[in-house]
Amino acid sequence: MQVVILSGGLSPERDVSLRSGRRLAEALRTSMPDAEITEADVTADTIDVLESLRPDCVIPMIHGSVGEDGSLRCVLEALGIPFVGSSSQASRIAFDKAISSTLLPQANIPRFAALPHSFFKNMGAKSIMAAIIGDLGLPLIVKPLTGGSALGVTRCVVEADVPTALVTAFGYSDTVIIQQVVVGAELALAVVDRGGSPEALPPVEIVPVSGVYDYDARYSAGATEFFVPARLSEAVDAKVKEFALLVHRTLNLRDISRTDVIVDSQDNIWFLEVNVAPGMTETSLVPQAFSAANLEVGEVFAELVNKATRR
Amino acid sequence: MSEQSGSRLDPWIDSYAQRAQGLTASAIRALFAVASRPEVVSLAGGMPYVNALDANQFADITARVIREQGNTALQYGSGQGDQKLREQILEITSLVGVHSHPDDIVVTAGSQMGLDLVTKIFCDPGDTVLVESPSYVGALGVFRSYQCNVVHVDMDENGLNPEALRTALAEHKNVKFIYTIPSFHNPAGLTQNQQRREEILLIAKEFGVPILEDDPYGLLGFEGEPPQAIRALDDQSVIYLGSFSKTIASGLRLGWVIAPHGVREKIVLAAEAATLCPSNFVQLTISRYLAEQPWQQQIKVFQELYRERRDALLDSMQALMPAGTTWTIPEGGFYSWVTLPPGLDATSMLPRAVAELVAYVPGTGFYADGQGSQNLRLSYCYPDPDRIREGVRRLAVVLEAEIEVLNTFGPAHPAATPSFFSPRSDTR
Repeated sequence: MQVVILSGGLSPERDVSLRSGRRLAEALRTSMPDAEITEADVTADTIDVLESLRPDCVIPMIHGSVGEDGSLRCVLEALGIPFVGSSSQASRIAFDKAISSTLLPQANIPRFAALPHSFFKNMGAKSIMAAIIGDLGLPLIVKPLTGGSALGVTRCVVEADVPTALVTAFGYSDTVIIQQVVVGAELALAVVDRGGSPEALPPVEIVPVSGVYDYDARYSAGATEFFVPARLSEAVDAKVKEFALLVHRTLNLRDISRTDVIVDSQDNIWFLEVNVAPGMTETSLVPQAFSAANLEVGEVFAELVNKATRR
Repeated sequence: MSEQSGSRLDPWIDSYAQRAQGLTASAIRALFAVASRPEVVSLAGGMPYVNALDANQFADITARVIREQGNTALQYGSGQGDQKLREQILEITSLVGVHSHPDDIVVTAGSQMGLDLVTKIFCDPGDTVLVESPSYVGALGVFRSYQCNVVHVDMDENGLNPEALRTALAEHKNVKFIYTIPSFHNPAGLTQNQQRREEILLIAKEFGVPILEDDPYGLLGFEGEPPQAIRALDDQSVIYLGSFSKTIASGLRLGWVIAPHGVREKIVLAAEAATLCPSNFVQLTISRYLAEQPWQQQIKVFQELYRERRDALLDSMQALMPAGTTWTIPEGGFYSWVTLPPGLDATSMLPRAVAELVAYVPGTGFYADGQGSQNLRLSYCYPDPDRIREGVRRLAVVLEAEIEVLNTFGPAHPAATPSFFSPRSDTR
């Protein structure tokens, strides 16, 4: 069997993606000793390479827009190449928070505005910012609509922080999200479906040492303290797992997903976002959930590969 | 929630030395991962154009080194470096007026190692080092790792400003050395004239502080004779760092330190403690190259090649950069230092640049104190002239887009244009 792991790409998360891909490839070479595991970058030649290789399965490990917005998966579907993970359509919906959150009426969603630069430019940035700050209050989060790994994300404490934060976020995306801050425990909820039904893995609680889970805190070992399983009561633990499964099912996600939430002091669950290509680096969240569930990354993905080839 | 301890994914996280605290992942590094893709015109890294060398020639030399001198090449060697090579190094440094004795030279794994060794033997945590404003990012990394107090000293169109240097020396009592790149400065692209070098040396001697002169680009001037090193003026007050990285090949990792006797003794011992000895194989290879090949001719090839690339960069910036952008005009070396229109931030602009498939180094990397947000460094050494022109075209698009965003939201940062480059900068 030939398995191609697509990693890299041209997004700012290229380095993270390459590391995820490399780690996954190593794990798969152990768990699937008879398979040929190839790591491939996403370039202008990718489609030609895939057409000539005709792999039995592809694992898209590209983070950010092309990897998670459905574009790449759409091409894989068109080529008829099985792949691990959600369909292009489900990915597209999950990727756009403005759409996915409307499909989750049961969820608490931090209030946010998703606005393109042209809107600010044409309608007057000052009055828009004033209206939004008046509505959402401070502090608030400004982040690019597309992208990940907290790149371009700023927590604005005072009004004067907002213009700079918007300029930074627009460096990454043509549309930005300005979002209400919810205070509570930050959790990553992994769901994996190995063929029976989706199972929620132990929640990973994230406590960045600096207080901010930014890029450095995500990818510098030691910069964040993780509690796996999260420090939750049994009832809340069950509740967040149920929520993760609800998101996975409602958005028609497949194989693997990671839902990021905040649990506030009243144990309310706030939906932040869902990822269809979660990171697999040394400091990533899902591998920690695997470990807590006594699962090996390589073995899980071997099962997902086999499942994908049977679809 | 129950009390329990979590995992920080690194069992040794509480064991690291204080000096390792800043060694973390960074979003800027992540963006540079994209810059390595061939689609991206990278005006970021200062990579010498080693393709201009005759690879077959090197293959032949290295093969003969192994065949004919294998027992020496594959063995440990002297901590100070190969005697013959040290003599040959003096032939090179004579071009910048440095006439010394081979015993004054220590061969190192690139001049970066020399920088590290000099800092190691001079600086305790908290000691002050004076550097230009801006300064070489690799030097700042060394000074940070030895927990030095880095103080930037202003430059003007002739490089390090003597009055600012005098003020800094008067204000800071525990200055261990003055680190300067007098010729074709990285990143500023500026060169100290002869008078300036003499003034700086006089001030350093007046305060009894040595100069650490970093001169990797000195032979890569585009016009006339190479500038004479500060070390040529005084062999007791100046420690000189040289390198083969730009005149032969950076992958060989070989450089040298020329220092007064007492300093040299300590550097040799520190070098032995760090690496035992420089690579014999590489030293013998370079020694043969210098003995057998027209290396001065090769340097001329590099000079011409980099001059053509510099012209491509400057001409396209002149044609395309938006109003309010200024830049230095390098007379040699690899770099031009760009000052963006007021309000633009080179760091927050970098993701947009990478999305447009062009890369540069944001100015903040060249300061130890957070300055430089309005600056960026462009390297013209590696891409060919057409690629440089395309890179500048893309960069101009990025700047225009960023100005548009800035106009929407107002200045991201207060304008902090360093005025000292203006006299030598082109402005549109």
